[in-house]
Amino acid sequence: MLKADHITKYFQNSKVIEDVSVEVKSGELVCLLGASGIGKTTLFQILSGLVRPEEGAVYLDGKDITGQPGKMSYMQQKDLLLPFETVINNISIPLVLAGAPKKEAHAKALPYFSEFGLEGCEGKYPHQLSGGMRQRAALLRAYLFSGELMLLDEPFSALDVMTKAAMQKWFVKILSARKTTALFITHDVDEAILLSDRIYIMTGVPGKICHEIKLDSDNRSDPDFLVSQRFIECKKQVLRAQISQGNC
Amino acid sequence: MTRKYQSIANKTYPVAFILLLILAWSLVCVLNIVPPYLLPSPFAVLEALAGDFPLLAAHAGTTMTEALFGLSLSVVFGVLTACVMDRFEPLYLAVYPVLVLTQTIPAIAIAPLLVLWMGFGMAPKVLLIFITCFFPIAVSTLSGLRSVDQDVINLFRSMGASPLQILARVKLKASLDSFFAGLKLAGAYSIIGAVISEWLGGAGGLGVYMTRVRKAYAFDKMFAAIIIISLISLLLMKFIEIIHKKSMPWRENAK
Repeated sequence: MLKADHITKYFQNSKVIEDVSVEVKSGELVCLLGASGIGKTTLFQILSGLVRPEEGAVYLDGKDITGQPGKMSYMQQKDLLLPFETVINNISIPLVLAGAPKKEAHAKALPYFSEFGLEGCEGKYPHQLSGGMRQRAALLRAYLFSGELMLLDEPFSALDVMTKAAMQKWFVKILSARKTTALFITHDVDEAILLSDRIYIMTGVPGKICHEIKLDSDNRSDPDFLVSQRFIECKKQVLRAQISQGNC
Repeated sequence: MTRKYQSIANKTYPVAFILLLILAWSLVCVLNIVPPYLLPSPFAVLEALAGDFPLLAAHAGTTMTEALFGLSLSVVFGVLTACVMDRFEPLYLAVYPVLVLTQTIPAIAIAPLLVLWMGFGMAPKVLLIFITCFFPIAVSTLSGLRSVDQDVINLFRSMGASPLQILARVKLKASLDSFFAGLKLAGAYSIIGAVISEWLGGAGGLGVYMTRVRKAYAFDKMFAAIIIISLISLLLMKFIEIIHKKSMPWRENAK
């Protein structure tokens, strides 16, 4: 569905990303794992069309969309809800931008509120919500822009551990129920193993994709997966791959 | 409770200080340290204020009309200029230094020129007010527009928003605080600008009143006019503050 082909990006004459190729198939939940400052966010900005790469191209369903924003939803690390708009207005933004009248946009957004755990928050302002709720609101806004393909940049990194665990569970449930294709960034190995079908491991300066690890998606249905032997095996594999960056 | 006490205490100190200053002023007059024809006592000023009130009110009306006219013009053009300069970087780079440069020209220096060019009517006065108020509004709005989080702009771009949509839906509202900071300053400037331009001639206004009573050496009336000018400025600033609060309903229930 989404394909990045041999992307290289320079920033002020230094290479940030070198020859990165990534592919996400329809319905997949793919994770981009790597340390901070390695070019993951830059890659996302290229995929979303906000930034043009020096070399390489981005394809969506076979069509070249390099440098064209507005094709997929892109949720950044911060929730970026506008402080001066109510929650319902914030969430309706993608619909209003597309030309829908406010009322219609609200009517379209409202049915999702219960599923995203936001009932009763329509008229509130973002600062009145908890961190987890704000993140869910941001996710719903992204979902309403494009539910088919989403780029998520560390969607849970700003949350505390308890909220994070609950959000991850909810997130997997919602994405698989809606057959959403998603590519997400994390630097948390556990999160990557817990959530994704496939993991790309990005290392080094400039950022390169070193390894690709396929995971068994049945794992996620096991409530004790996080403390199981299989989980440990996966983690070992991922950690080894991260350390062996010299080989790639 | 403590917050309420705090706010009362905050008001008590300045009020006490002002009363102290007025007391000192009265003493200077009563003890005849400065002769009354040079410095009228507070009571004489109050008397002049009360006696001349209808006339003062009429002149104040003229001054305020000019000030509001000039201020409105500078709001419209200041905000427009800020938006255009924010949108087109080369224009920002070219115009911004010039904008700062115009600010170094004292209003009092160009006022006579404007009168020579445009006569004694309303036009030169409104233009002078416009010139003095335009800068704070344009510059503060511009800094507000430019300080919007780049990530928010990226978010909107990723959702396919056009620059105009980003301006209308994000930037303008996000820069309200800076805009009002500039507007408050401009509000005070507008009254001062009106009075200065009236000094140079005209049919009405507090500046005209002041030049007349000055020539008659009626210093008590001078002071009365000054008090009125201060009051108008304060009221205008308070009014702007109220609009500021009203225009940001999301602040009402902020932490």
